[in-house]
Amino acid sequence: MSEPIRFYYRGSTHSVDRSATTQTVLQHLREDLHCTGTKEGCAEGDCGACTVVIGELQNGQVSLKSVNSCIQMLPTLDGKALFTVEDLKNEDSLHPVQQAMVECHGSQCGFCTPGFVMSLWDLYLKNEDSAEKPQRKQIDDALSGNLCRCTGYRPIIDAAQRMCELPRQKFDRAALAGALQSLQRQESFSYSHNGQSFHAPRTLAELLALKAEKPGACILAGSTDVGLWVTKQMRDLGDIIYLGQVAELKQTKLKDGMLEIGASVSLNDAYQAICEHYPEQLTELWKRFASLPIRNAGTLGGNVANGSPIGDSAPWLIALGAEVVLNGGRGRLVMPLEKLYLAYQKKDMQADEIVEAVRVPLPAKNQIFRTYKLAKRFDQDISAVCAAFSATLNDGKVSNVRIAYGGMAATSKRAGQAEAALEGQPWDKARLEAAVAALAQDYAPLSDMRASSEYRMKTAQNLLRRFWLETRADAPLAAAAVNAFASATPAAVQA
Amino acid sequence: MNKQADPFLVAESNKSAGPIAWAEVGRSHPHESAILHVLGEATYTDDLPELHGTLHAALGLSQKAHARIVSINFDAVKAAPGVISIYTASDFPGTNDCGPIIHDDPILADGIVEYVGQPIFIVVAESHDLARRAVRKVEIVYEELPAILTPVEARAAQSFVLPPMSLKRGDAQQALQNAPHRVTGKLHVGGQEQFYLEGQISYAIPTESKGIHVYCSTQHPSEMQHVIAHALDIHSHNVQVECRRMGGGFGGKESQSALWAAAASLAATNLRRPVKLRADRDDDMMVTGKRHEFYYEYEVGYDDQGLILGAKVEMVSRAGFSADLSGPVATRAVCHFDNAYYLSDVDIKAMCGKTNTQSNTAFRGFGGPQGAIAIEYIVDEIARNLGKDALDVRKLNFYGRNDTEGRNITQYGQKVADNVIHELAAELEQSSDYRKRRAEITAFNAVSPVLKKGLAFTPHKFGIAFNVTHLNQAGALVHVYVDGSVLVNHGGTEMGQGINTKVAQVVAHELGVSLGTVRVTATDTSKIANTSATAASTGADLNGKAAQDAARQVRERLAEFAAKTYGGIAADVQFYAQQVQVNGQSIPFADLVGKAYLARVQLWSDGFYATPHLHWDSKTMTGSPFSYYAYGAAVSEVIVDTLTGEWRLLRADALYDAGNSLNPAIDIGQVEGAFIQGMGWLTTEELWWNKAGKLMTHAPSTYKIPAISDCPEDFRVKLFKNRNVADSIHRSKAVGEPPLLLPFSVFFAIRDAIASVADYKKNPPLQAPATGEAILKAVEAISAG
Repeated sequence: MSEPIRFYYRGSTHSVDRSATTQTVLQHLREDLHCTGTKEGCAEGDCGACTVVIGELQNGQVSLKSVNSCIQMLPTLDGKALFTVEDLKNEDSLHPVQQAMVECHGSQCGFCTPGFVMSLWDLYLKNEDSAEKPQRKQIDDALSGNLCRCTGYRPIIDAAQRMCELPRQKFDRAALAGALQSLQRQESFSYSHNGQSFHAPRTLAELLALKAEKPGACILAGSTDVGLWVTKQMRDLGDIIYLGQVAELKQTKLKDGMLEIGASVSLNDAYQAICEHYPEQLTELWKRFASLPIRNAGTLGGNVANGSPIGDSAPWLIALGAEVVLNGGRGRLVMPLEKLYLAYQKKDMQADEIVEAVRVPLPAKNQIFRTYKLAKRFDQDISAVCAAFSATLNDGKVSNVRIAYGGMAATSKRAGQAEAALEGQPWDKARLEAAVAALAQDYAPLSDMRASSEYRMKTAQNLLRRFWLETRADAPLAAAAVNAFASATPAAVQA
Repeated sequence: MNKQADPFLVAESNKSAGPIAWAEVGRSHPHESAILHVLGEATYTDDLPELHGTLHAALGLSQKAHARIVSINFDAVKAAPGVISIYTASDFPGTNDCGPIIHDDPILADGIVEYVGQPIFIVVAESHDLARRAVRKVEIVYEELPAILTPVEARAAQSFVLPPMSLKRGDAQQALQNAPHRVTGKLHVGGQEQFYLEGQISYAIPTESKGIHVYCSTQHPSEMQHVIAHALDIHSHNVQVECRRMGGGFGGKESQSALWAAAASLAATNLRRPVKLRADRDDDMMVTGKRHEFYYEYEVGYDDQGLILGAKVEMVSRAGFSADLSGPVATRAVCHFDNAYYLSDVDIKAMCGKTNTQSNTAFRGFGGPQGAIAIEYIVDEIARNLGKDALDVRKLNFYGRNDTEGRNITQYGQKVADNVIHELAAELEQSSDYRKRRAEITAFNAVSPVLKKGLAFTPHKFGIAFNVTHLNQAGALVHVYVDGSVLVNHGGTEMGQGINTKVAQVVAHELGVSLGTVRVTATDTSKIANTSATAASTGADLNGKAAQDAARQVRERLAEFAAKTYGGIAADVQFYAQQVQVNGQSIPFADLVGKAYLARVQLWSDGFYATPHLHWDSKTMTGSPFSYYAYGAAVSEVIVDTLTGEWRLLRADALYDAGNSLNPAIDIGQVEGAFIQGMGWLTTEELWWNKAGKLMTHAPSTYKIPAISDCPEDFRVKLFKNRNVADSIHRSKAVGEPPLLLPFSVFFAIRDAIASVADYKKNPPLQAPATGEAILKAVEAISAG
């Protein structure tokens, strides 16, 4: 049975029953509601002109996050709240975010501005209870998904600080919580239009039953990849099963010495949880993985299930020995992640199966572990090469060596020969160079618009060298001495 | 004569509290649309309320780089949901051409396709989405033809869109032979996508008597008008083109908005229904031209100190499949090969390579940056070859300060009469702490095994005016309404650069009213006729002068009326702070206007401006094409990872000569924006075609313009205290394009960091864009052996 999509918008409940299941939030805003403040710049979640803020209840608390409305499908808004640039103005006065943008000359052509305003609002809400102005790194992260071609960003960075100096404007979370509470359903939500259906099951059991019934249905979580199938490839998705309301999949828990992350936990929440255990090794990748709106929407489960050869989570997950939990016709299966990937876009996964969770081992004693991403740009870029290295270092020798790369083969893949060259050997320059040479046997990377095969191979080798420089027993170098992004001002290297 | 007309009083009056301290020019007013921008209420073409019955179009694009179209099967397209009609080249009643100068540029491919992405047909459907889905259903049979995919291949095949150009002065060959030292080399500098955030869009509405009203995101409404009129075979007076604002232009909406405007107009005219054509981002990048990629071969002779004695350079650009603006771009490259340096004996050859790729077009700088970067690359090499600091070699080669010093005639014969580069460079050298930081960096590099720092100082001199003389004209209308409010219309277009703010400031200042009293409306071909593109950095210069002329006429009539009414003489009447001072009395501006209306005084006027003293002979490539020069310099410091080629900009200092700035905040915004945009061109922004000639970097997922982390934490941009020697609007200087040359300093700082790997003894063969890959390649090239 189809029910209207209901969400909180402009102070009341908004119902939709005549939109395609794959209509994007942006299309609905612009074409149906004639609410044109939110812009389309790319329709693929890469420029941020379409940024909106979504509110939802998480454990009874209001959570507000910036997302790209151009790739979010309208039915996923059911039970949530949608805020756009038009919501910020209070009577006739500008919101401090808007006021600061005007004062700091933060707009030129103005087309990207509504998106920036919404990302800044998200940042403003996060800093609501802080007396401090946000620091540059926090501003960069908040605005990592917003491209501006006019200003060069400096005045927008100023505005991000200025907004916190202006008289504060408090957001009424309690009122929103009440409104969202009234939108919560007791039953699973189903919506259909023109013979295509959208299902949002609330429990794992319901999800599995649905998937068994409709094995061909498209599984949708954060829509950061599937959204582009619609907006760029113009694919018809058929029936859609949405993971975003399944209670069990939204959880992160410690179990059997591993961090188990449910399939619909956002990338940002997942990385935040993991980075508590690996702060030095994973924080840079967390921030570089994608822009904040993409990390807010996308999921670790989706990144793993997608199986892209250039997904940035797989290399380090494989290097750490992470596991993936599948569920479906074969029952509940736990397998090492590296076993999931068979060949390009081929996985050991049945049509009636879903990824339920990812299990990440916690740091082990004497473990050395690093992961590095190379791309043309720091923010929101797809890797040319992503590398991950893990080993146990005891008495100058390495064991349990696990090396995995993305961007080097048809899947994220371990470097068997390089690992063999190192396993049980002294962690010295000679052994390092043997492993470096072995990488040329492990991979035959492709050339494409991101990098040539030569560059991929050369940097894959050099990243292994970087790993050694950082972790060698004898005079290891600080990250800031070998990585231009590791610190704003690398300390002078000790001679 | 009203005293405010004197451009010098404003800047010099700040110390006095008298009436002339009042000014609306020279102040950092926010952008006139800033509040609308932040509210989401600024209206772009796609935001206009759609008329009932509006249809949506999409373009069907070539999948081949060069091919004959054998057949097209539209059956599946016609059968697709919501499809109303399809149009091809033969449907144009007039000329199927949108070439701005040379008529070699079909709107829709006719029989032959010449690049992957070339539009072949238009589909009109009930919605944007349905139109986009329908175009994909076409079946086209192609017969493939040989394709030329790079400028080097084009030169080898002598495949050009225009005859090669040449500019010679003195005897470069002899000078090279006599020179104690010579440097020869090659350089590749990639192109650049404009990446305006708002894509190409036109919304065409049929009007009575075969007319058409087109809302178009364009820098050149008049040209859109002409192209549409020719394509539809109607007179220009039947075509009205309007643009309130663009979401960025950067040159990409100068000539290349025409294809979209003409296609939408054709469909709207045929269907007698409004038709909107909005490009999806990928389509936009596949169809439209970009900044020209350039390839150079050079040979330069110099003395022991690094003074250039003779220079030979051959440049070949990637013009793409048609001429578009490639000729003028190459001309500007030739005219900027000197940058800030006097070149006594030169031999410059420029070719526009015809390639089976998008037809390249205007992009901020318009060939100027491509000309200047070549000489900077050469100077950088000369310095390294001599073991000197590159700044010293740069200073040595600067143009002379004046006639006494000499060395002040450009290779194209124009005298450099306003040279401030010596003073400007000296100021920046000091304020940036260049010498001290140079020493610190050398010390850092000596002990840092992987990360290397680099520093570079680069200057620029940039000629302001359209090279083509007749384009240097503008018109404006100023209306003063009975309530004292003012409406301005001019031929320039607003793309974010703040032209409307500046023009409103000029008019407000001229009439003595506050800026809030003045409203600037959409650019509209039915208001100002025969406008030039808002391009070549001339927007505020030309249109500011035209609007000033219009406002001045209204003011003079009001002054005459005031003197007649209140006594005294018209020349003594003063207008400031919303008041009119006449014969010892102070009358509110609105009151005087109201009275003047009743007395039948004309309260509106047109205005016109043509830049004086310009001439250019395109055959000999000589003349005085520029009204004046804008100067600037920058210092950048980077850190480079020699294992991966990753890098980061640590600090940038820039000093720019905006003359007597009309609006310092807007000008600083332009400088900073150009800096980051130019940095993107030279570093992360890579256009990559596959072997079949398909551009594979056609969306922000694959084409990487600078993002927020790329803005340096330490970014110090200042305006150089100066006033224009030329009689420009309030003695200001243009600011749109020249600062795009400032981030040369980033590129050369990266090169400097790489050079440290070989103890600064070798020239890293770094090519642009300096992606991580290009950097690592250069590191390896000088590490070997």
